[in-house]
Amino acid sequence: MDRRDTLKTLLIGSVAGGAVGGTMLTGCQTEEAVKQVLAVGNGRTPYERQRDADLMAEEFLTAAELGVVATLCDIILPATDSAGSASEAQVPEFINFIAKDIPDLKIPIRGGVAWINNEALTRFGKGFSDITDTQRIEIVDDIAYPDKASEEMKSGVNFFNRMRDLTMTGYYTTKMGINDLGYVGNRANAWDGVPQDVLDKHGMSYDPEWLAKCVDQEKRNDTAEWDDKGNLLT
Amino acid sequence: MQIIESPKVYDAVIVGSGAGGGMTSKVLSDAGLNVAVIEAGPFFDPKDLDTMTQMKWPWESPRRGKATESRHFGDFDMAYGGWALPGEPITMKGDTDFKLFRSRMLGGRTNHWGRISLRFGPDDFKGKSIDGLGDDWPIGYDDVKPYYDKLDKLVGVFGSNEGLPNDPDGFFLPAPKPRLHELYYIKAAKKLGVTVIPSRLSILTKRLNDDRGVCFYCSQCSRSCNQYADFSSGSVLIFPAQKSKGQVDIYTNSMVRSVVMGPDGKATGVSYINKEAGTEHVMRGKVIVLAASACSSARILLNSKAPGHSNGIGNSSGVVGKYLHDSTGSYRGGFIPALMDRKIYNEDGVGGMHIYSPWWGDNSKLPFKRGYHIEVWGGMGMPSYGFGMGLDGFNEFMGLPKGGYGDKLRKDVKRYYGATIGFGGRGECIAREDNYCELDPEVVDQWGIPVLRFNYSFSDQERFQARHMQQTFEELIHTMGGKVFGDTPTAEQNYGLNKGGEIIHEVGTTRMGDDPKTSVCNKHQQLHDVKNVYIADAGPFVSQADKNCTWTIMALAWRASDHIVAQLKKQNI
Repeated sequence: MDRRDTLKTLLIGSVAGGAVGGTMLTGCQTEEAVKQVLAVGNGRTPYERQRDADLMAEEFLTAAELGVVATLCDIILPATDSAGSASEAQVPEFINFIAKDIPDLKIPIRGGVAWINNEALTRFGKGFSDITDTQRIEIVDDIAYPDKASEEMKSGVNFFNRMRDLTMTGYYTTKMGINDLGYVGNRANAWDGVPQDVLDKHGMSYDPEWLAKCVDQEKRNDTAEWDDKGNLLT
Repeated sequence: MQIIESPKVYDAVIVGSGAGGGMTSKVLSDAGLNVAVIEAGPFFDPKDLDTMTQMKWPWESPRRGKATESRHFGDFDMAYGGWALPGEPITMKGDTDFKLFRSRMLGGRTNHWGRISLRFGPDDFKGKSIDGLGDDWPIGYDDVKPYYDKLDKLVGVFGSNEGLPNDPDGFFLPAPKPRLHELYYIKAAKKLGVTVIPSRLSILTKRLNDDRGVCFYCSQCSRSCNQYADFSSGSVLIFPAQKSKGQVDIYTNSMVRSVVMGPDGKATGVSYINKEAGTEHVMRGKVIVLAASACSSARILLNSKAPGHSNGIGNSSGVVGKYLHDSTGSYRGGFIPALMDRKIYNEDGVGGMHIYSPWWGDNSKLPFKRGYHIEVWGGMGMPSYGFGMGLDGFNEFMGLPKGGYGDKLRKDVKRYYGATIGFGGRGECIAREDNYCELDPEVVDQWGIPVLRFNYSFSDQERFQARHMQQTFEELIHTMGGKVFGDTPTAEQNYGLNKGGEIIHEVGTTRMGDDPKTSVCNKHQQLHDVKNVYIADAGPFVSQADKNCTWTIMALAWRASDHIVAQLKKQNI
């Protein structure tokens, strides 16, 4: 069993094992998260620290609901050879938080989870967390393709669209997601133009006249001096 | 309860610590004067690790950088405040929907602003003479040019000398090279005959002095630079002012209520509330400089009552609060298929655009009299809340299957990363007497100060300009082979014109002029009615120009400060 499955089992297992396990798991994470938002030095004002800690401590999704959310998150973004899954990136926890931060999301998420549980119950006689992977995919395939979905699946489509958006944004704003995307900024550097191979690929080039107005990164630390006409001398 | 008077009488009491207040404190301190700077918000230094958000990753915000009620431009943005402040409402007259962005902290809005630093050109001071609209300034470009020159060298701005008639040259640091989407823009703009030149931002692409660092291209000027490599009023003006010849005392969390008048018709100080202690104070000074922002300074004047000043001080003309105007604005974005499937590299660049289009049009052939410039956005930026949402819009345009899950989504997000471009038009709104802010007679804020009530509307001058912006944006995107997001805004939607105030360039509420009957202050930004009160924010602007206002606020604040120093020396005030 790899790490992804372990986590999924933990989350879903907590549902099967009753609320205690689930509360323990989310409880620990909440405590850690609250500690983080309360820390001085995180760029927050005292008011913001307290507000975020209060939001963290607020209870929204139950362990059972969180289990359904986690399962959906991992269907949306399962692990690959090089990147972890949505639940490994703690996307379910992010969704739980963001619903408290944007209260308008609460009913659509809670209602969506209830919708999909009911759909599972109707089709297979068990809640979404207790049906098989194949059965889950059967439901998901009916709501994951907006152009193909039937009229009676519309609420499910809306819910899945929302889950997809939140999972994507929750994932690609984590370290894991940013590594997967390949974003390599947010670090000190000296921008010196588009790489030549990229220019070539796009059939672009720098106009020499324009370049003459641009910074020479070799001389960036030489203090600026001008002549009387505004020509840079250094 | 009692009023606590400062034992000390400062040479100058400066209300507000943004661009105008910061510049005034620097010039007055350099002249050896002792000044008090009164700021309604807390102390802020971009270097302070406790408050710094620069270089933080999205996951360091539980909401991944999404805006909150305390930071309207995102969880990492360095403006404490926004479109609404707790306990400090604003009100509207009729169907007016004016927006007022207030940032309460040392340095004010300069901690997060776009750093777009454009000189006004010669035509911008003489609008009425050229096209009959609005009014001429009592000064011209030549009066301000020496201050723009000094400002370029003191504060630093990158750009290029282009010899354009109404977008003057200056003393520029070298510009950063264009990024890929900007090369696409340059190509399209040139094809359409739209002027495009390196942008002009007050960011140090080269060392300016030993007190400040050099830009390291994190693109996060909106978070305020811990290296002081961008212009923020605290780091660039107020802290150096404190090390200069005069004494600069900063009073934070102090909310000014009014100017206090003496029996001789001169101001003696300002009345303020210490927000933390809840105590009432008077700060005494020989000169009072209001730099609280155009609307807030007007509010202080209107709320300052004294014998012979029943409409507020400095308001015998009845003009305080009138001629309020904000830059026009309109936005449009698009998707550029040629920018799909990009090779990923670090193109964060400076905090803003590397190129822009100053006004290129010929107004004699257009149904509106004043111009606008275009700001360009795009690139492979750092993800934050909202990233990865709505990919189906792109799929729809490309005729690819919508929705789905799994590895397809990972491919989609990479395919479309950095393939969008956006334009903001920023133009000149005609100043009108019937666009104004005033004191609401019925509503007070939590300190009992009457709040501002706004009356604001647009004319066809602004609407047709916005229509032209939208047409231009669509042509640019089409020329780049792209798809424009959304539908063309209709006449009913004001052609996509932003609401008044939304561009955060409010000016004109205490306009300058030679005639005390039609203006609030003279060409030195000194009240006609009260000689020792000056205005150093954008209130004295007669017109907005199609330029962002900060560089002119600072040049004029410097000019007004020189006048203060000279007048104090001559004992005229």
